[in-house]
Amino acid sequence: MTAETTHHTESVDDDRRNFIHIATGSVALGGAAMFAWAAIDQWNPAADTKAASALDVDVSKVPLGGEIRVLIGGKPFFIRHRTEAEISAAESVNTSILPDPETDAERLRPKADGSFNKAILITSGSCTHLGCVPVGPAQGNTGDFGGWFCPCHGSHYDTSGRIRKGPAPANLPVPNYRWVSDSVVNISL
Amino acid sequence: MSGHESTYTPNSAFERWLDKRLPIIRFANDTMITFPTPKNLNYWYIFGGVLAVCLAVQIITGVILAMHYEASVDGAFASVERIMRDVPFGWLLRYIHSNGASMFFLAVYLHMFRGLYYGSYKAPREVLWIIGCVIYLLMMATAFLGYMLPWGQMSYHGSNVITGLFGAIPLVGESLQTWLMGGPSIGNQTLQRFFSLHYLLPFAIAGAVILHIWALHVPGNTNPTGVEVQDIEKDTVPFHPYYTVKDAFGIVVFLIMFAVFVFYAPDVLGHADNYVEANPLVTPAHIVPEWYLLPFYAILRAITFDLGPIDAKLLGVIFMFASIAVLFVLPWFDTSKVRSMRYRPVARQFFFGFVAVCLLLGWCGAANPDDPVIPALQGEPSLVVNYTVDGAPASSSYVGGHEAYDAAKAFMASLPAAAAPSLEVRPAPAFAFRHLSLILTVMYFGFFAMLFVIGLGEKTKPLPESIHKSVLKAKKAQSGNAVPAE
Repeated sequence: MTAETTHHTESVDDDRRNFIHIATGSVALGGAAMFAWAAIDQWNPAADTKAASALDVDVSKVPLGGEIRVLIGGKPFFIRHRTEAEISAAESVNTSILPDPETDAERLRPKADGSFNKAILITSGSCTHLGCVPVGPAQGNTGDFGGWFCPCHGSHYDTSGRIRKGPAPANLPVPNYRWVSDSVVNISL
Repeated sequence: MSGHESTYTPNSAFERWLDKRLPIIRFANDTMITFPTPKNLNYWYIFGGVLAVCLAVQIITGVILAMHYEASVDGAFASVERIMRDVPFGWLLRYIHSNGASMFFLAVYLHMFRGLYYGSYKAPREVLWIIGCVIYLLMMATAFLGYMLPWGQMSYHGSNVITGLFGAIPLVGESLQTWLMGGPSIGNQTLQRFFSLHYLLPFAIAGAVILHIWALHVPGNTNPTGVEVQDIEKDTVPFHPYYTVKDAFGIVVFLIMFAVFVFYAPDVLGHADNYVEANPLVTPAHIVPEWYLLPFYAILRAITFDLGPIDAKLLGVIFMFASIAVLFVLPWFDTSKVRSMRYRPVARQFFFGFVAVCLLLGWCGAANPDDPVIPALQGEPSLVVNYTVDGAPASSSYVGGHEAYDAAKAFMASLPAAAAPSLEVRPAPAFAFRHLSLILTVMYFGFFAMLFVIGLGEKTKPLPESIHKSVLKAKKAQSGNAVPAE
């Protein structure tokens, strides 16, 4: 054994060297990859950020014909108290002419007893085009279709929050929400 | 040129000692003092030096501002106002930093157009050019990140638009956007990471600048003739004092203009909206980026149509990124062997057209896409009655003065209540900024296609034999004018 190790041989065991190179490189790469995972994943929403993603809202305070705007996790939502005329305007539209066809009923969520409160419409408050917040009744501009108007690039939404005209590709999304009582909704992201 | 022999001789015992251990003085001498530089560089070549000064100014003022800035949604806006009002000379440092960004981009655009005109991107300088494009990308990223930090209305909603661009990417877009923002929307966590990166990226730029200068010093500078240096003795002069002095003069003139902005019009390049604290519930009526990103914003908004399965939003994003990506492959787009536009009469016209297209795109980016380009040509608006027939919308329009109004009103009165008629003022169709943007976008990309086509069969003017001969010829022509021949 000692005689062999002290004796210099001309031949080098290439397989053995390659194995050591590849093994060393793999460990280094694997370690770098695992660290990269942590370094990248830390940018995802933190637990407290995710936790702040639901809100109970008392909709009885919303004035008729008006709306309130709430922020959940920094995202805007519209809660609109629609007039009879606005409800009938939303319901009377022929959905086949809509860029993103949806009936007004499909954009409402039932209460615990299965009935609908047509007067309360809840939608996301960011334009589906590039995320601006459209203006509505409180700002004195409801667009060509009586709902909302996005001043950034001119998208018009109707009284059901559906896109009618302009560059936005889709209706204002309806968030996940449920009726906790007759006047309180729980909205979550 | 990296090949040039070092002429440095250490004069003192200390220099000799140091030269054997760390030849840093030799390096400085060879790269900044004796470096052979073409003798015919004009003032378009000063912007490399100007840009180095801009980077230094931004890093120095930025490091100082970071000592007073608070990266939190509750404190950011107030801390910037505190810098402006309470911190000694805070107003000056912040105005230098905010205007410095604009000056930086002004210089980089002149630097890039110079490279485009004199063919600085052609072999053997492709890598030099690509590193320059990387620096430009890093600059745009840094500027975008920095614009969010004051936490004003434009900061917040501008960032919303840009992060929203990533959301347009199919499949991964939404999770990518959430990942970038660190939550369902832009919040405290987003501000903190943007601040961290805004502090980091300038040093990445500084690193890329070192590579850029290294890549410059291998083949050496281009020059207005585009003819390579053939005889170091005749064609070049040492960098110092010839170009240190020329650059210094250019830098002084540039700094005077810089100072005019800082002291006399510090907010002229910004937006008043950004002095209103960010409010996620109120979007400013007109979101626009800073002037230096406007051409790309115009390209983004120029695309309003779907192309097969790709919707308009994604297509706009693709075109916007392609408008930058095309710069990276420019060395292989241009098929001409002649570098300088001086000797390419046809391509030269297209170059000036391209400059105009870029400026006009900037104009479009600042405008409301639906506004008419020439308001004087805008026709009369019409009154439109919108109503529904069996649930389907219908409309009829009326043009004219008060008769039109009376007619529209009478028509509305004649409709049944179920038709829910409403009155609308509709502007006449016009040539709007979004149409102009689309034309200019086509021309922007067309320029690169034309470089490919023109180079294949163009008739160029004769190139001078060498740099020194072209200099002597110009000199002769000049003196010939001053002293008419007998």
